[in-house]
Amino acid sequence: MNSHSDKRVRTIDRVNASLAERYARERRFRTAGLAAVSLGLLFVSFLFISIVGNGYTAFHQTKIALEVFFDPQQLDPDGRHDYDALTRADYGGLVKASMRNSFPAVKTRQEKRALYAMVSSGAAFELQHMVLADPSLIGTTQAVWLTADDDIDMLVKGHIDRSVPESERRVDDRTLAWVERLEQEGALKRRFNTAFFTNGDSREPELAGIAGAVMGSCYVLLVTLLLAFPIAVATAVYLEEFAPRNRWTDLIEVNINNLAAVPSIVFGLLGLAVFINFFGLPRSAALVGGLVLTLMTLPTIIIASRAALKSVPPSIREAALGVGASQQQTIFHHVLPLALPGMLTGTIIGMAQALGETAPLLMIGMVAFIVDIPGGALDPATVLPVQIFLWADSPERAFVERTSGAIMVLLFFLVTMNALAVVLRKRFERRW
Amino acid sequence: MNIKTVSAAVVLTFSGAVSAASRDYISIVGSSTVYPFSTVVAETFGKTTGFKTPKIESTGSGGGFKLFCAGVGIEHPDITNASRAIKSSEVESCAKNGVTEIVEVKIGYDGIVVANAKQAEQLALSRKDIFMALAKDVPDPNGGEKLVANPYKSWQEVNSTLPATKIEVLGPPPTSGTRDAFVELAMEGGCQAFDFIKAMKKTDGRMYQGVCHTIREDGAFIEAGENDNLIVQKLEANPAALGIFGFSFLDQNSDKVQGAKIDGIEPTFEAIADGTYPISRPLFFYVKRAHLGKVPGIEAFLAEFTSEKAWGEEGYLVDKGMIPMPPAERERFAANVKMLYSLEK
Repeated sequence: MNSHSDKRVRTIDRVNASLAERYARERRFRTAGLAAVSLGLLFVSFLFISIVGNGYTAFHQTKIALEVFFDPQQLDPDGRHDYDALTRADYGGLVKASMRNSFPAVKTRQEKRALYAMVSSGAAFELQHMVLADPSLIGTTQAVWLTADDDIDMLVKGHIDRSVPESERRVDDRTLAWVERLEQEGALKRRFNTAFFTNGDSREPELAGIAGAVMGSCYVLLVTLLLAFPIAVATAVYLEEFAPRNRWTDLIEVNINNLAAVPSIVFGLLGLAVFINFFGLPRSAALVGGLVLTLMTLPTIIIASRAALKSVPPSIREAALGVGASQQQTIFHHVLPLALPGMLTGTIIGMAQALGETAPLLMIGMVAFIVDIPGGALDPATVLPVQIFLWADSPERAFVERTSGAIMVLLFFLVTMNALAVVLRKRFERRW
Repeated sequence: MNIKTVSAAVVLTFSGAVSAASRDYISIVGSSTVYPFSTVVAETFGKTTGFKTPKIESTGSGGGFKLFCAGVGIEHPDITNASRAIKSSEVESCAKNGVTEIVEVKIGYDGIVVANAKQAEQLALSRKDIFMALAKDVPDPNGGEKLVANPYKSWQEVNSTLPATKIEVLGPPPTSGTRDAFVELAMEGGCQAFDFIKAMKKTDGRMYQGVCHTIREDGAFIEAGENDNLIVQKLEANPAALGIFGFSFLDQNSDKVQGAKIDGIEPTFEAIADGTYPISRPLFFYVKRAHLGKVPGIEAFLAEFTSEKAWGEEGYLVDKGMIPMPPAERERFAANVKMLYSLEK
């Protein structure tokens, strides 16, 4: 008996023999997984650090303090505070006069040009706004913080190296001396950059803002949401609950799944051909952008909505039908409310995708320089990612930090939307 | 009730589209090289006049002409920017769609520079060197009138006075107007240093184009995308490499990169303005006369663009890196714009 069992290899021995190798395999697999996750985290943190490191200075803007005398002779010679006259008055002249007063030593024409260049061309409009808001300023002298030119801004922020020889610097020694004098007097400070959040696009980096692009993105997403959500939910409900199972519905299903994988530029081409060339909608309008992105996000939302409907257990349907509800009542009173959180999650993720899209908008003329903030879905508009693309391509150095600043704002919106999706799922989703 | 609401919404949407059938802003398309200048003028125009700020799309010169020539009517653009003159084929396609009266406005010049990082030494290249270093096929180094695949690996092999660094040039992709101009002005200019290739122009035009305009694809020329800022960054990181981009980027980054002398001429503002720097090109925009009076503000926009404070020697376009025309040329084009002379067919 004994000899018999010795000859045969017992299962437990084989298990014991292979145990070490199996544990090692498991450890290797875990390490590989951990390495993959950490590598991913490393890339993400590298991305975040480089963007935030480049971009946080965009939220500050250098301002120059000037004593501005609101000369009644220049602004309002007849003293009537006439709105039109006040709008058209020469505010640039006021800025120049106060710069001359701060630097009385500057005499030659060329030096004066360099001096005036230290203040942004937008400074005149800042004074105009002040006077229009409060005409009683006329005749008084005020200490005003005016926006500095982008070169001065870059110098103060340290993006232009002061130690290199003059010929290799964008700011010459003369201007540098002026800047240093202003700094010593405390007349040069970095303030919060409100223009970045309230202005539309501009070719002057110190005046450029994201308000136009954010509004454009809002209109586009609004159109997308209003069209995509009802159409997608209706499609999902029909396909999941009512449609007969046959070749036609199979074909539709395959097509929807394929559409979700179509490169987004194709939707742009479709939008150009259908909405602009055939229906004659205006180029660059947020409405057309919204229509194109609707086509792009529809498959995503349909697929998510169908999955949500599928996850509602059949017992709910059977119970409703059992107490005499019609099929429509069953779906609208019982199934749809239970599936809605899942559908909303899919919608938000689809929307977040649409928010970050540029390629299809290229074809319909939304990659454009648009200064005026759009006031409706038919005005020419651009969107946040396109704004980032346009700034990244601009030669002025100050646009580098503004590009990163705009990326931070876009990321903020995306993270908020995805967090909202997570919260919705956590709070309302029911598991059976 | 639901169907009614939906159909009402659809009707509303499309009646909205119809009401947009009068446009109150100027629509501009075209070259990405002219875009930075056109946008500055548009912004100033929007701020200083009562008109809305024009909308400017950067579509490339060719794409701009395609949109511009598609027809007359407010759904088509009013102005197209171009970094080259309009071709006769484009004039024809315009005419076919009813766009017959086109006003040509030359606005200034742009130089293309071949630059490297400040840490490296400044190069002095000839257009022949550029052709020999970057063409796909070059004349046989052993002599004779035969073309062989480009064998050169270092600049020294091309020209013994140049350093022994590897040929590594970052440049724009074929879709870019900068690439077109570079190929036409630098490569073709260098190609004409060889008599037998020059002779080919008359006997076999297509072959001549192929030889002079084809850039090597063996890795020595790297397509760096349309983003010139990226090229500047890459040059900073790699002092051995050269980059090709527009003069305004050299102007903005003179602390990081330096332009090579071409045929002995430094890429400076003055040299490009007086035409001695060999790789420079004129910039244009084209206006559809039929839209004057239909879209408000076109005349005022033209006046702003052609004013001395914009395109003059001390104008704001110069601050953005454009190279102005000589005074006589500016006067001539400003007069043309005032009279709205159309292109001769």
